[in-house]
Amino acid sequence: MINYILRRLVTAVALLVAVSAVTFLIFFAIPKAAGADPAQMYVGKSATPRDVEATRVKLGLDQPIYIQYGRFLKGIVAGRDYNNGPSVTHCSAPCFGYSFRTDREVWPLLIDRLPVTVSLALGAAVIWLLFGVAGGVISALRRGSIADRTAMIIALAGVSLPIYFTGLVAQQLFVHTWNIFEGGEYVNFKDDPAGWANKLFLAWVTLALLFAAQYTRLTRAQMLETMSEDYVRTARAKGLKERVVVGKHAMRSVLTPIVTIFGLDLGGLLGGAILTESVFSLPGIGRLSIDAVNVKDLPIILGVTLFGAFFIVIANLLVDLLYAVIDPRVRLS
Amino acid sequence: MRMRTGALVAGSAAIALVLSACGSGGDDKKPSTGESTAGVTGFNAATKGVVNPSDKKGGTLKLVNHSDADSWDPVRAYYAWVWNFQKGYYVRTLLTNASKPGEDGLKLEPDLAEKLPEITDGGKTYTFKLKAGVKFEDGSPITSKDIKYGIERVFAQDILSGGPTYIVDVLDQDQKYPGPYKDTDPDKLGLKSIQTPDDTTIVFKLKEPLSDFNYLLAMPGAGPVQKAKDTGDKYGDKPVSTGPYKFQSFDPGKKLTLVRNENWDPKTDTIRKALPDQIDLTIGTAVEEIDNQLLAGDVDIDTAQTGVQQGAQPKILLEADKKANADTPTTGFIRYFSINTKVPPFDNIHCRKAVQYATDKVTMQTARGGADAGGDIAVNMLPPNIAGHDPALDPYNTKSGKPQIDKAKEELAACGKKDGFDTVIATRNAGKEPKTAEALQAALKNVGINARLDPTDASLYFRSTIGAPSNTHAKGYGLMMAGWGADFPTGYGFLSILVDGRTISQSGNNNYAELNNSEVNSLIDKAKAETDPKKAADIWGQINKVVMDEAVMVPFVYDKALNYRNPRLTNVFVTEYYGMYDFASLGVTK
Amino acid sequence: MSTSLLKDGDPAPYRAGSAAQSFLDVRDLRIHFKTDDGIVKAVDGLTFQLERGETLGIVGESGSGKSVTSLGILGLHRRGSAKISGEVWLDGEELIGASPERVRTLRGAKMSMIFQDPLTAMHPYYTVGKQIIEAYRVHHKVSKADARRRAIEMLDRVGIPQPQKRVDDYPHQFSGGMRQRAMIAMSLVNNPQLLIADEPTTALDVTVQAQILDLIRDLQAEFNSAVIIITHDLGVVAEVADDILVMYGGKCVEHATAQDIFRRPEHPYAWGLLSSMPRVDREVRERLVPIKGNPPSLINLPNGCSFHPRCPYVERNGIPCKTVEPTLAEGTQDHSVACHIPPAERQAIFKSDIAPSL
Repeated sequence: MINYILRRLVTAVALLVAVSAVTFLIFFAIPKAAGADPAQMYVGKSATPRDVEATRVKLGLDQPIYIQYGRFLKGIVAGRDYNNGPSVTHCSAPCFGYSFRTDREVWPLLIDRLPVTVSLALGAAVIWLLFGVAGGVISALRRGSIADRTAMIIALAGVSLPIYFTGLVAQQLFVHTWNIFEGGEYVNFKDDPAGWANKLFLAWVTLALLFAAQYTRLTRAQMLETMSEDYVRTARAKGLKERVVVGKHAMRSVLTPIVTIFGLDLGGLLGGAILTESVFSLPGIGRLSIDAVNVKDLPIILGVTLFGAFFIVIANLLVDLLYAVIDPRVRLS
Repeated sequence: MRMRTGALVAGSAAIALVLSACGSGGDDKKPSTGESTAGVTGFNAATKGVVNPSDKKGGTLKLVNHSDADSWDPVRAYYAWVWNFQKGYYVRTLLTNASKPGEDGLKLEPDLAEKLPEITDGGKTYTFKLKAGVKFEDGSPITSKDIKYGIERVFAQDILSGGPTYIVDVLDQDQKYPGPYKDTDPDKLGLKSIQTPDDTTIVFKLKEPLSDFNYLLAMPGAGPVQKAKDTGDKYGDKPVSTGPYKFQSFDPGKKLTLVRNENWDPKTDTIRKALPDQIDLTIGTAVEEIDNQLLAGDVDIDTAQTGVQQGAQPKILLEADKKANADTPTTGFIRYFSINTKVPPFDNIHCRKAVQYATDKVTMQTARGGADAGGDIAVNMLPPNIAGHDPALDPYNTKSGKPQIDKAKEELAACGKKDGFDTVIATRNAGKEPKTAEALQAALKNVGINARLDPTDASLYFRSTIGAPSNTHAKGYGLMMAGWGADFPTGYGFLSILVDGRTISQSGNNNYAELNNSEVNSLIDKAKAETDPKKAADIWGQINKVVMDEAVMVPFVYDKALNYRNPRLTNVFVTEYYGMYDFASLGVTK
Repeated sequence: MSTSLLKDGDPAPYRAGSAAQSFLDVRDLRIHFKTDDGIVKAVDGLTFQLERGETLGIVGESGSGKSVTSLGILGLHRRGSAKISGEVWLDGEELIGASPERVRTLRGAKMSMIFQDPLTAMHPYYTVGKQIIEAYRVHHKVSKADARRRAIEMLDRVGIPQPQKRVDDYPHQFSGGMRQRAMIAMSLVNNPQLLIADEPTTALDVTVQAQILDLIRDLQAEFNSAVIIITHDLGVVAEVADDILVMYGGKCVEHATAQDIFRRPEHPYAWGLLSSMPRVDREVRERLVPIKGNPPSLINLPNGCSFHPRCPYVERNGIPCKTVEPTLAEGTQDHSVACHIPPAERQAIFKSDIAPSL
């Protein structure tokens, strides 16, 4: 087991390096190969060629791509030094670089934004798991009933309606028309837990609706399949109460694929829920990334991508380990 | 100035009113400057005078913006709203645009300087005396050396990129001054073209006369910076204030809070009202949510000042009580497209004129949002707020915006292209521009000109895509969509960079048509040296006429923005200098 | 022992609702499923009795309704989708009309079931021990430790070596035969008086088959249970069953003592089953003779005798096999057969045509 985890960790690191290399190529090498000069994006409109060249040197874009990449990797492991004018700034490891636009270190920016994204993702996850799984189970057990059809219609709407529609409508109604929730800026949990929940609630529900729909459908399909399994019949034949049959024997199997998807979904969300964070004005990782893309702040884009990849890789690893906990057949083979 | 609409609308003013015939209806009246004490109300009131005049201090001004500043470092900022903000709250310069409604707002007034400069040596030497009692937020006095150091920072483009560099072009004078960080002078004051004989005197030595030099000194990048407090490219995180407010806290991309700067002496400042006790700028709110909050009265203004979203437009325009709190100032931004003189058949002036006549400015105006939210139809290359503008200058008779097919066909015949020809339209792939380009494409089709659209990414559009002549030639870009606003509201600030044939460069070129007309070039030199603003304006009018006659640019809209102001705001008016509310004057009632 | 097979709507020949005589008394059991294609008459009028200590073999091809019958007795069909009528009396208590909760308390305790293919029938995520403990504790208020002792005891009883250790293994860690033994241990943990074994040996090799059948027989003797063994393979029931009930198309076509079914089978379908049965006591001779054709659709049973499309003696001597449905007529010595061929004639056919080739 320890061996297995170690092996997976090594793979994970290799994967992250590969992701960083590909991201680097996409954002640094391809525009250059296509003839665009990235340095020109970071100068004022009246900049002279000399200014452009100076910026190119400052950002390190004058170096061959492999040296730029090497510096980036080295920064993560050992930190880097940046000339900021009157002095030298040390960006300590893990140094994900130095923003081209705002001259801030990327890593603290990511860490600063993380609590918002985590708050959003976890809150939404609780809601969608609760409602998605419950909805799916009820749907499956009352197959063909009005409850089932209603749940499936909501699920279909949930997956079909984009966040920027549901999110805007929800804010319009609940914040501005009925004044049920407060608008305004995000507040930290530790400063004001009630305000934090108040501000996030609509975002949680909106985001959860999108995911709950998928979970409802998945749970329903899985539950229907499981309920026809022989071991469920066995459980009934033992004289177990239906509640135990469904809640214990069937759910255990239903949860296996749910856990997989859940891990990946949550991992993906921790890398930033771009649309939700934008629509609900939440200053999380997703907003950071969309802002960075808008102004072509390459180091932040790179940092956010790696951050996201990190969470997905970790989520994958955890899911695999959890799998072993859930399914003894995986554990022992 | 080109970038996303409004993202980078720097400088430039707006007299919607002079051009009232062109669309905005009977609401507009010539602003009578000086009527501010009485106050005005209703739709577009803030473009005419001062709404809710008041001297009442206190309260918190709640500002909001979807995006953070490009930089809070005055040397590195280029967004117009950031300049308006910096100049209004924490950056004082020798001269500053007057906080007044109407045309008076285009004038510069002494700010840190005691009075307007003494100009000697045939317009080549500018001498300023500093006011007594002006201080930084830490209480230390502002000296001429701090101003010199601040301007020297503009030269450090290797570290402090992003802002305007006009002042470098004027003051470097072949010194190749590297900026203070690489300055070998122990005091880091090695720039020879600025002299500081004593702490209250500063002298600028120009190589040749430049009548608009004062405007360069009014940019926030020319404000004072203490050498000891300079943190290089981190200065924007906490710039040292010289104005009535200072940074209390700044959470990048989230929130900026300004509080009163106790070391700002109102007796030294005739420009800023400094009414609120605190100024909050919330950053990162979704654009639709900003409109909701504005209409709900939760926030005071959107500092982007680029107009509400489409969804909110009817809510404002169709509800009288909301409409009364809205204004549609012209932003000083012009929408036009360039005709490439180096790409056949546009090397022939008749083919260029054919396009002038064939263009349907009405459909292009519609694509930009119509007369209310888009703007008025443009007929020449100097927008109404720039001295020298002449609404009668309309050589192709395009005031109605309708295409003139017969005239276009005549010109095509004269060009030897009776049956039309093929060409390419370069456009950005975002915003309203693709639709606008499609409208142009459709109009050209009617006279047999088959134009193919080539949409490209916006980020490098101006610097590389159409800003590199070799690229425009290679891609065969006959027509290139563009937009422009002045960094300061003079003919020089607006037009020279677009039409001076000697500034054509291999990248970052702004003269997309590659017009190199000797008459234009010599007129520009003449205008730059002309110290009488009236005469200079006349010369810019002549340049405008030559450029229009050359048919190298087709202006189609002078931009407008539908902005909303919270009714609790006091002292609201549009400064024509920026084409947006004057941030420095705003106050709030509780 | 009597059996009868009725057409829909026929009055039942027994006194409906009257108290049962036998330990298990199934009367006119009908289990129909509504589907989009029509009504599946999986079991259609089945009647039989069984006493404690006795073993009944229910034999038929897949789809003949034998498993549905067993699930019906245990009350494992969903009320919503299955329409069940008739009566099932267990030890004097009627189950079809009883509350589901009441039936649940009997299930696994008084009556229990051994399923085929224990790999899928046992939950893959729980240890064998846990599953047995759970089965025990549903019906007994005992501590986990006591239940665990009981589980180990049962595993030991069904012949699993090192039960102390194996009790914590997962089903997939057991061999097929061991798994089936564990399944049996689970079924017997509450000393059921009625045990239904559904294809208990299908997935197992021949040696293990014999061991499992021996085990069931031993346990039956020990607990004096009534046992129903459901199989498609006559060979399985040959040695353990007292009576054999042959099902075809949801109905009983022949019901007799095991001896009679093997020595004097009268229904052509039973003949087919016998012919297709491998015999360990014979040398491998010519290939087995399978019954030609496929089992009938339970939605659209053939008119007349539902076996007629596959019957080699169809319409023999002008018998209206294709139009008239034969009733289950009681012949000699509790031997009932549903066939139009007169008893004497079919006995003769068996003797002359079938027996020699067996």
